[in-house]
Amino acid sequence: MSKPKGKEFWRWQEYHRIMPGKKWSSKDIITAGVDVGSVGSKAAIMVNGEAYSWGITRTGSNSPESANKALDYALEDTGLKVSDLKYIVGTGYGRVNVPMANKAITEIACHAKGANYIWGPTVRTVLDVGGQDIKAIRIDETGRVVSFLMNDKCAAGTGRGMEVFADLLQIPIEQIGEISLKVEKEPEPVSCTCVAFAKTEAMGLLRKGWSREKVLAAYTRAMAVRMANLINRVGLEKELVVTGGQSKNIGIVSRIEAILGVKTLPMPNWRDEGSLDPMVAGALGAASLAKALYEKAQKR
Amino acid sequence: MITHYGYCDGSGEYYIIIDSDKCSGCGKCVQKCPQSALKLETEFIDLEDKTVAAVSEEHRKKIKYTCGSCNPESNNVPCVLTCEAKAISCVWNPR
Repeated sequence: MSKPKGKEFWRWQEYHRIMPGKKWSSKDIITAGVDVGSVGSKAAIMVNGEAYSWGITRTGSNSPESANKALDYALEDTGLKVSDLKYIVGTGYGRVNVPMANKAITEIACHAKGANYIWGPTVRTVLDVGGQDIKAIRIDETGRVVSFLMNDKCAAGTGRGMEVFADLLQIPIEQIGEISLKVEKEPEPVSCTCVAFAKTEAMGLLRKGWSREKVLAAYTRAMAVRMANLINRVGLEKELVVTGGQSKNIGIVSRIEAILGVKTLPMPNWRDEGSLDPMVAGALGAASLAKALYEKAQKR
Repeated sequence: MITHYGYCDGSGEYYIIIDSDKCSGCGKCVQKCPQSALKLETEFIDLEDKTVAAVSEEHRKKIKYTCGSCNPESNNVPCVLTCEAKAISCVWNPR
């Protein structure tokens, strides 16, 4: 298979957004959360605990640089400067390398809080599918973590795995979920979800005459089975939501729903101006915890 | 907060589970662990930092081998037995 020159099928969209109609003044409590993930770096700004703006960029090899880049992106066109931020929380894979952060907090606590902010107090189970790990988190109505499980042993069933498949099958990453659903009958899941070996297996299936859709369906199915197992281990309690980059993959989300027999709460359509994005759940949660920590420090 | 340290892979599922709400941070399990796989860590919960027992980072991805020699299938392992607060348990299901 020849690849059109310069076309990178795995490349997802970096973007920044200011929530329409939102304003800030110097009297407000302005906080930030910077979530340096293994694949994407996200920064979110909150004004009095409400989402104001955010930026999503690709994580580079240098964590502090990625953190700065994401924060600058979130501040772009807002008129805000880093010095206007009352409190900054760093989180994610590279959290200890967020230079401007007042405090580093695990992404577990931040995703829990972020999911609670995006979907409200009915959320009890959060599945965060990141670039390099999967987390199943049970939370209470305040967004406090009750129980969690993280699988970061290998990249199987993560965003990175999907990027590899997008490239292999020459399907733009944004379309991968929908295309995986274009099969008449759901195929058996691939036996191996390991990214390196799944690639070999996928090539074998393609050579056997399987369509791209069918190969993708089999791989996506295998990923969803793995994720459902993690959720069952921490204990599924409704409502269920998916955060992280793979929350945008309808092929994954609909298969998890089918396997577990529950519907997830409706995804905000991140493409709409004025809509929240589940991919920034960690950064939003971090900014929300930053506000709480700032207020706590003021009371002392 | 209940933390599952470990993983599920093709060979089975392996978890050491620590409940930080019950953990007093006494550190007795850390001393008892024959593999030195446990340590005291700072955990952020309810806007506070609390010192609790945790499986150390370097052992999390190879817990099947690190903890396997204690025979966690029985649940009669030094860390579980020594914990007065009953904060530690294991799930060990090799396929």
